[in-house]
Amino acid sequence: MIEFTFWDIVRNLLLAARWTVLLSLAAFIGGALVGLVVLFFRIAKNKWVKRIASGYIALFQGTPLLMQLFLMFFGLPMLGLRIEPWTAAVLGLTFFASAYLAEIWRGGVDALPRGQWDAGASLGLHYLQELRLIILPQAFAITRAPTVGFLVQLIKSTALTSIIGFEELVRTSNAINNATFEPFKVYGLVALIFFVMCFPLTQYARRLERRGCALSRFMYVD
Amino acid sequence: MGYSLDFGWLAGAAGVIARGAAMTLLLIAVTTLAGTFLSILGAAGKRNGPKPLQLAIGIYVEVMRNTPFLVQLFFIFFGLPSLGIRLDPILAAMLAMTLNMAAYTIEIVGAGLDAVPRGQTEAALALGLRPRQVFVKIVLPQALKVIYPALTSQIVIMMLESAVVSQIAVRELTYEADMLQARTFRAFETYFVVTMVYLGLSMGLRRLLVSGGRRALGAGVS
Repeated sequence: MIEFTFWDIVRNLLLAARWTVLLSLAAFIGGALVGLVVLFFRIAKNKWVKRIASGYIALFQGTPLLMQLFLMFFGLPMLGLRIEPWTAAVLGLTFFASAYLAEIWRGGVDALPRGQWDAGASLGLHYLQELRLIILPQAFAITRAPTVGFLVQLIKSTALTSIIGFEELVRTSNAINNATFEPFKVYGLVALIFFVMCFPLTQYARRLERRGCALSRFMYVD
Repeated sequence: MGYSLDFGWLAGAAGVIARGAAMTLLLIAVTTLAGTFLSILGAAGKRNGPKPLQLAIGIYVEVMRNTPFLVQLFFIFFGLPSLGIRLDPILAAMLAMTLNMAAYTIEIVGAGLDAVPRGQTEAALALGLRPRQVFVKIVLPQALKVIYPALTSQIVIMMLESAVVSQIAVRELTYEADMLQARTFRAFETYFVVTMVYLGLSMGLRRLLVSGGRRALGAGVS
């Protein structure tokens, strides 16, 4: 049997944590891109387009992320793609993140006074220009705190990808625990690593919230 | 050759799915009651308790909010036995869910307590009520009314997150789905059906909580 010293455990966990970080980043970037599309749908003038986006958001916010990951994992092969934990994890978390981010940003768009749109229109800007130059920059600015808050939630959510077989922090810790039989130490360390990743972001979100304009306080969604 | 969906197994599986859903509802019912009670104590302690207690509650909240629920669950179920505390899966799940939810609801309840005007406490004290009576009869009901929508969201989120406790073999909805798909070899269909059951549960639970809250706390609850 291989003996694990304390530092062996820590080193292996930290190596695995790279994947947690990478997955979080990939899902956040992917989620932001898809979320932007969902946001466009959500604030569109057409009632049906709006409804589709609302349904999309309600679907992802009303079902467990674990189920979404399972569906991705077992659904991708039906589209002719190979079952691969990394693909399923990134895609699953991307769609999950897109729904939450779109909803957060919609709060920002809704909070802007009607006059911002009118002013844009009176300057002769068309719809897309108005969004790009006037509405979205302000909407992103006032929703920065909840966006960072959601990033924390996303980092914690990557833990679930261990269940569909993605080798991140939690899955590695399960393997180490099976070899060392020291669950107290191993899971304690895992919790500590997650804490070190998330706590600074939580504090940052809190600072943004306190400093940010009064509007963002009313829109804070954890 | 394309994949063809098959839902033929569904008729025979309805009972199992219903039993799993019942367990999920039991878990969230216990968690809601215990978690709310705990968070009222926590929020009150964080405001009026001795300094060390305030600090301890603050640390507890930060630790729970910045680590994944899955890791907390593993820590409680696999880690605590090495301290001589052995819990059966259902108890471990309830404990983990309650502790996790309380960390979020302590903040929510606290915000509610802060929202009750100071004059309410002063008036009640002037009428000769004892401090505990003031808290239970005057401040708390008003606070709960303010925070009820946020509390409702948190309960629904916790219900969705409870899917994770299948990993320690609690026979709830996700666990039954895992068993079903192993038997039917229809993984996508099984998880799809169960995801829809979760969607129904979360929408139903939200509606139930809103109408129940309106009855218990009076009008104005949305």
